[in-house]
Amino acid sequence: MSVSERLHPGVNLGATDPESHEAAEEVVFGFWIFLMSDLVLFAVLFATYAAMSVQGIAGGPAPAEVFDLTAAFVETLLLLLSSFAFGFAMLAMKYRENARSVLAWLLATGVLGAAFVGMELHDYYVMITAHGAPPQASGFLSAYYLLTGTHALHVSSGLVWMVIMAVQIAVFGLNTAVKLRLMRLALFWHMLDVVWIGIFTFVYLFGVVS
Amino acid sequence: MNWELIFGQLQWTSFVFAGAILDPSLSEFIASGAGSIAVLGAVAVVILLTVKRWWVPLWRDWLTSVDHKKVGIMYMVLALVMFARAVIEAALMRAQQLVAYDSAGFLSADHFGQLFSTHGTIMIFFVAMPFITGLMNYVMPLQIGARDVSFPLLNAISLMLTVAGAILIMISLVVGQFSTGGWTAYPPFTGIEFSPGEGVDYWIWAVSLGSIGSTLTGLNFAVTIYKKRCPGMTLFRMPLFCWTTLCTSILMIFAMAPLTAVTVMLALDRYAGFHFFTNGDGGNMMNYANLFWLFGHPEVYILILPAFGVWSEVVATFSAKRIYGYTSLVYATMCIAVLSFAVWLHHFFTMGQSANVNAIFGIATMVIGVPTGVKVYDWLLTMVGGRIRFSTSMLFLINFLLTFILGGLTGVLLANPGVDFQVHNTLFLVAHFHNMIIPGVLFGMFAAVQFWFPKAFGFRLHEGLGRASFWCFAPGFLLAFFPLYWLGMMGATRRTYMWSDPEYLPWLALAMAGAGLILAGFAFMVTQIVVSVRQRDRLACPLGDPWDGRALEWSIPAPAPEWNFAVLPDVTSRDAFYEAKQSGQAYRSPAAYEDIEVPRNTATAPLIGLFACAWAFGLVWHIWWLVAVSFVLMWAVVIVRSFNMNTVEIIPAARVKAQNEAFLAAARAAPGVPREQEMTSDNRGKALPEALTARAGAVPAGRAVEVLS
Repeated sequence: MSVSERLHPGVNLGATDPESHEAAEEVVFGFWIFLMSDLVLFAVLFATYAAMSVQGIAGGPAPAEVFDLTAAFVETLLLLLSSFAFGFAMLAMKYRENARSVLAWLLATGVLGAAFVGMELHDYYVMITAHGAPPQASGFLSAYYLLTGTHALHVSSGLVWMVIMAVQIAVFGLNTAVKLRLMRLALFWHMLDVVWIGIFTFVYLFGVVS
Repeated sequence: MNWELIFGQLQWTSFVFAGAILDPSLSEFIASGAGSIAVLGAVAVVILLTVKRWWVPLWRDWLTSVDHKKVGIMYMVLALVMFARAVIEAALMRAQQLVAYDSAGFLSADHFGQLFSTHGTIMIFFVAMPFITGLMNYVMPLQIGARDVSFPLLNAISLMLTVAGAILIMISLVVGQFSTGGWTAYPPFTGIEFSPGEGVDYWIWAVSLGSIGSTLTGLNFAVTIYKKRCPGMTLFRMPLFCWTTLCTSILMIFAMAPLTAVTVMLALDRYAGFHFFTNGDGGNMMNYANLFWLFGHPEVYILILPAFGVWSEVVATFSAKRIYGYTSLVYATMCIAVLSFAVWLHHFFTMGQSANVNAIFGIATMVIGVPTGVKVYDWLLTMVGGRIRFSTSMLFLINFLLTFILGGLTGVLLANPGVDFQVHNTLFLVAHFHNMIIPGVLFGMFAAVQFWFPKAFGFRLHEGLGRASFWCFAPGFLLAFFPLYWLGMMGATRRTYMWSDPEYLPWLALAMAGAGLILAGFAFMVTQIVVSVRQRDRLACPLGDPWDGRALEWSIPAPAPEWNFAVLPDVTSRDAFYEAKQSGQAYRSPAAYEDIEVPRNTATAPLIGLFACAWAFGLVWHIWWLVAVSFVLMWAVVIVRSFNMNTVEIIPAARVKAQNEAFLAAARAAPGVPREQEMTSDNRGKALPEALTARAGAVPAGRAVEVLS
């Protein structure tokens, strides 16, 4: 099969670095499967939340009373912008092979991602102190904290991964192994966007409306 | 000095031996005895390794290896060790139920509860899962003509996480108590309110480690099958065992995640006061049942599908005939895999949902009988007109066909919600699922061991002792579990540690006798392995094809070389090696050899396993410093490894060539044995092609051949 026939979803290196493209086939496919399994985990958490946000309120605060839509909207923008920045990092990696600009874009991604996690922690703080809504208050809140917390944990581990990749770019330059890892990190990061869109729509918008 | 900072909730009374001192009773003595066996067993292994100077080889050649064949063998060893424990627990439970008529028996209720919980948890997560995973590890890459799995290190990490979970369960024999909540650990009983001790935490973390390991395995094997098949090996040329491995892998990818989620939720309830499954405060324990069985039912097929693959290989090989209805078997496997996600609710028909919901899931459950029926007919029709050899594997297959159908029929009974309401939570159910898992999965794995052992170690297993173990296992199973159907119909509930109905006694006695026979079968099996190792020269089959095999794994020496295939094969049909033998194309020298790249050994996986085990132990006993330190170390190992860019080594073509040409020359020179001498010491692993045997007129086709050694 020619190189062009073996494209995988996402950034492909076929045109600029055929050797890495060849190596990417197996690992990127494997990572897609991992993401699929990870999404099943989120699906289970969403389903649990769906049940508990209706039946698990138990006299405690209801969704509309505790959610701050403005904060959630800003968080959405931060996370989407960070994904946008990561897209530029990948383009810099693919077309310019310039470690410095990849690092700069990664830094932008990381700062936006960290701001997202920081805002979310602040949300939690407000919910617990101002609204009396810790995860122990009701089944609904347990499910809410688990769903958003799992997402925040994913974002945080993505940030750690990003730091490690920055070090690896500095140490090894953009060799095949580093490129493939960046490609997988990018997929991971974009998947977290998709999950967050689900959370923003289903948990926040839907929760405040109903 | 605050000891709790250092030891968490661990106290000297946590050790099992303290129980025997503080409360001397038979039950406590048995617990202490089991603890002592675990400790003495560990000490004996340490002494053996030291005396024989095996520490270095163990570390260098096995624990740090990422070779799929060695990983597979280690999985199988783990499964056998854990099987020894869980089968003895089963016998203890049978004995307790026998003597506990109108009396308390010799086990306390709590001890009995721990026994059925560890028995179920171990048998599913640390016997059946490692068995099938080990087998898939060893066989699948060889059958698709690959040199290894796609991610060898990840494979070793899966193994070590599973081992960490198993070690955690073994530790629970000595330190503290295990859960009494059964292998399904239903809350609210397993919540902190009703099970405040460490037992449920042992269950949670052992199962979580195994679950993560299995997710990674599924991912790895699916990618391997999609991306690493040798040239010409289209999906529809794969041996059926590879198809079942693929379906099982897909099930693992989708089904293990709900288990991980549900154990985390239960842990949050217990550790942090969340309300997922509590009584009140918005908790809903039926969500646990849903999520658990969303994993649990596909899990049943994760276990049985590889066994179906084994049966397909065994029946074709020992009938000396192409498998009947290959395509229908593939589609049946796929149907089962898909349907397995549509039936989980039949595990809780009594939950209280509407009758229509029950009806839908009942029908879906019965529908699974259709593809399974297709498979049974295919296996039967493979035997029709074949030249059947009654080897140990084949005996297990015939026993499987007979008993599995009965188990399937009781499954269809249970799929009817009306019937299920009557026998729910009785021994009828216990009999049913043992009837599926023992003759199906467990005996399937035993048959697989008999079948592929020569490939892995270069010598056959002693046939006579194999048959002896079969003739204990098969009737032992019938005796041990068919009375339970009857008891269940009489209303005997499961997990009950004492009785008052005298009518139960004869049936319990029969079941006890069956348990004894099963133990005898296991003893024969261990003896068989020991005797075979001693007689390995007589049983040797270095030429690699003792059974006149059909797929690629039989075309290479036994034991398989590190690189599997000196040159990647080029496949043009199903049953590639068998066809090559028939047309005289087998054992030909390749045109050229190339250098082979293999992954280097690494300490990464065993270190991750070690820290994962310490992490879980810390969580069980609330030793928070240990939790933090081992968690950091676990990820530090991963990060350090990611900076190592020198992870492969090259085996020079000259070495591959020398070894492979020597093998091929020996194979070509060997006369080959006809099938009727398969079990004699003449069988060095080169089969006389059947076409030639038939021409010589040695045995007329259609006649069964007796092969007792």
